[in-house]
Amino acid sequence: MLHTILQLTLLLVSLSMLGLIYRLIKGPTTPDRVVALDAIGINLIAIIALVSMLLDTFAFLEVILLLGILAFIGTVAFSKFLEKGEIIERDRDH
Amino acid sequence: MKKPKTNDVILQTVTNVVTFIIVLFSLSLFFAGHYTPGGGFIGGLMTSAAIVLMLLAYDLDTVANILPIDYKILTAVGLLIAVATGAGALLFDVPFLTHAYDYFYLPLLGKTSLHTAVLFDTGVYLVVIGVTMTIIQTIGVSE
Repeated sequence: MLHTILQLTLLLVSLSMLGLIYRLIKGPTTPDRVVALDAIGINLIAIIALVSMLLDTFAFLEVILLLGILAFIGTVAFSKFLEKGEIIERDRDH
Repeated sequence: MKKPKTNDVILQTVTNVVTFIIVLFSLSLFFAGHYTPGGGFIGGLMTSAAIVLMLLAYDLDTVANILPIDYKILTAVGLLIAVATGAGALLFDVPFLTHAYDYFYLPLLGKTSLHTAVLFDTGVYLVVIGVTMTIIQTIGVSE
């Protein structure tokens, strides 16, 4: 029973990822694509959690936190590039 | 070109909290590497991710004030630790890179298995941090 529900949920998350990939390709502006990438990362976390439940293992739990951190840092770096034109400043006062 | 003055107070406040969580997670990955997924490589990458987050929220000079580390020297120290761990085996008349472990009774921790592979992993950890941060600091600044 749980197996079927997990597989159904995986299908639904994959569908939502397909919608996000459509936004990633089609998105008229760059911020649209950045938000789509961030949401794809979060969906990937959900998929990893579901797969680790399907495989009945604890081995992937580090990957979940890792992807959360990486998605956050990547999105912050993209936003800073879009806003200021450079990612790492030498001196932020000027 | 004079850019308008921006205020990153939300990003900087979040960074102040999240950096500690990332560093703790990287240390947990590093020390758990023997029995669970993790180890020196991914631990070092996560530590440098925390430093990169600080670089994003602040700037190079501020982070150099917070962490006055020359990352090229850090790489050299890591390599030295790794080679010294391997060469230390030669002192006991066993082949290069032979590791040893034993169980010790430590205060607070109880029965703990201490393994010389952790020292080798420390070398890997330092090299990964040093190389990653050298690359990012070299190509990250647009001049």
